[in-house]
Amino acid sequence: MSPFRDPYSAKPFEGLKFVDVGCGGGILSEPLARMGATVTGIDAVEKNINIAQLHADLDPGTSSIEYLCTTAEKLVEEQRKFDAVLALEVIEHVAEPAEFCKSLSALTVSGGANVISTINRSMRAYATAIVVAEYLLHWLPKGTHEWSSFLTPEELVLILQRASISVQEMAGFVYNPLTGKWSLSDDISVNFIAYGTKNTE
Amino acid sequence: MNRAIVRRITPNIRTWRSTLKTFCSDTSEKLHGSDGDKAVTVKSSSLDSTDNVPQYDVAIVGGGMVGMALACSLASMPLTKHLNVAIIDSNPALLARDNIKKEDAPDPRVSTVTPATISFFKGMGAWQYVQLHRHAFFDRMQVWDYTGLGYTRYSARDVDKAVLGCVVENKVLQRSLLSCMEDSDVKKKIYPSRLNSMTLHKSSLLSGTDSISSEPSGSLAKLNLSDGDCLYAKLVVGADGSKSHVRKLAGISTTGWKYPQNAIICTVEHTEDNRCAWQRFLRTGPIALLPMGDNYSNIVWTMGPQQAADRRSMNEADFLKAVNDALDDGHGPHPQSERIGDGGILAWLRSDETSSASEHFEVPPRITKLASDRMVFPLSLMHANNYVSKRVVLIGDAAHTVHPLAGQGVNLGFGDANSLSRVIAEGVAVGSDIGEMALLKRYESERKAANIAMMAILDGFQKAYSIDFGPLNVLRAAAFHGVNYISPLKKNIISYASGEQRLPLFT
Repeated sequence: MSPFRDPYSAKPFEGLKFVDVGCGGGILSEPLARMGATVTGIDAVEKNINIAQLHADLDPGTSSIEYLCTTAEKLVEEQRKFDAVLALEVIEHVAEPAEFCKSLSALTVSGGANVISTINRSMRAYATAIVVAEYLLHWLPKGTHEWSSFLTPEELVLILQRASISVQEMAGFVYNPLTGKWSLSDDISVNFIAYGTKNTE
Repeated sequence: MNRAIVRRITPNIRTWRSTLKTFCSDTSEKLHGSDGDKAVTVKSSSLDSTDNVPQYDVAIVGGGMVGMALACSLASMPLTKHLNVAIIDSNPALLARDNIKKEDAPDPRVSTVTPATISFFKGMGAWQYVQLHRHAFFDRMQVWDYTGLGYTRYSARDVDKAVLGCVVENKVLQRSLLSCMEDSDVKKKIYPSRLNSMTLHKSSLLSGTDSISSEPSGSLAKLNLSDGDCLYAKLVVGADGSKSHVRKLAGISTTGWKYPQNAIICTVEHTEDNRCAWQRFLRTGPIALLPMGDNYSNIVWTMGPQQAADRRSMNEADFLKAVNDALDDGHGPHPQSERIGDGGILAWLRSDETSSASEHFEVPPRITKLASDRMVFPLSLMHANNYVSKRVVLIGDAAHTVHPLAGQGVNLGFGDANSLSRVIAEGVAVGSDIGEMALLKRYESERKAANIAMMAILDGFQKAYSIDFGPLNVLRAAAFHGVNYISPLKKNIISYASGEQRLPLFT
């Protein structure tokens, strides 16, 4: 692995192995593959993997993505290791978040990156992510999210720490209804994303 | 969130498999050319994979100034240098290796490039090629009309700049962009033929059938060319002029109207050196004299179609007399050079006065010789209702045409090319598919507002000057005086016309 990566190159992730846990239709896996990463996308739902595979085959830049219908735990059993493990909008759907984080950690090489995004268990999140998004604007089907399974940032940091991952940075996503655009911000009260590194042994 | 959205999509997998089979035509079929003169029979070859058909990231249909500017801009940025670009244009000049010679008489097809366009070229490294050929900077401009009631003089010094613009032959601009691209090591291929048809989703756009229930953005666009070649592209750029074939194939409708005017253009010679751009509005339309260097200038004279045809066919001596009349004191008197009186009501305006407000009215140089053929072009206003469609984007005249009265047309096109190449770079930086609508819509929202504002203003001018009516003439004269003496307004106008400002009046 080269010591310096040019953030302005078109393929900054060349030579790195990523795993996209809960990849769905490949919405995150594809851009990462285009940016040079060797991507493995996993999802527990077979239909998602089929769609993802078909879509990725249409573009030669993404046809090398390895899609597997499996879970993080099974990948740990296969002793797979990745330079970066990404689980965006997954942990709020998992029955045992602490165990899930231990699996993510086991998949990461020492010193590797972990990126987890989820929704905060706050009143604002209940109002926006559930009431507005599911019931008013119908962005998501009703019942997609359970408020009680949301994690607060503090809880996430704690369970990641117990899984040997130190959180380095956190940010929030905010939506501007006037422009219809999402952007990164310091506001972690609704959607937030955490970047952590696996402790070196 | 993405998993929830994916659960809602119900694809028909069988439909996908069957559509994956058709490629460069299994049976020979007649392809209809854009003007019907070429009915080409495609070689029958049944291919089961895309291995034999070249794939490009960007296919630019139309290798004119704006199409080449986009290609050159992509070639000059580190994020987009690696993109495979195909340029489709049947113009033999693109492949010709002969250089433009200095002794050649100036071509009457010229463009006035604004300072914003010049910076764009400099940023790509293409301006140094333009400087090798004939080009003329000008730092002054004078605008007046046949009523002789007022005039406005502009100077680059009003906005603390050295030049207002530069007049360059179109072929020089095009050749400079091509040379700039050739000297860089980018992957590009020029296809010397024309686009016949285009398909997306492996189902014909033209027949309108789309049996796939969901709309994936993953499939490529397939282009069929008139010489039988075909190629795939992630993004098809329509840079093929006002009668854009790409725009028609994409089904994008337009709004606009024909002006009841044609423009006659030619190159003329005069005895004195000229570094000023002159424009005089006559009853039938404006006549512009643009400096080209070496005692040459370019004439753009707008008038009714019948008059244009007459002026084109009349002999040289008569034509030169008509031109000198149009520029000088035929059609109406010269405006008086007067200053607003010293002191008095308007003295407060003079503290911030621009240097050009104190300049007197000057008579343009006397034209002595005709140096090229006279060409006539019809004029119209056109604006595409959308600039983007699935995997298709329009730039330049394919998206909009304007009246030449302010020399803005191609500069709007260069603005489009600049904006599109930046949007593509932003897309590549985060691994997007460069043909996806969300990315292309960003380009559209950037350019539409700016283009529409400029077009509305130019159309307004065209209409304001086409009526000869006493009170309106006085209003126009007042406007001339107002712009000439109200410095903030004049500076604003110069900034806007130079391309430094995106929207008029809102700094």
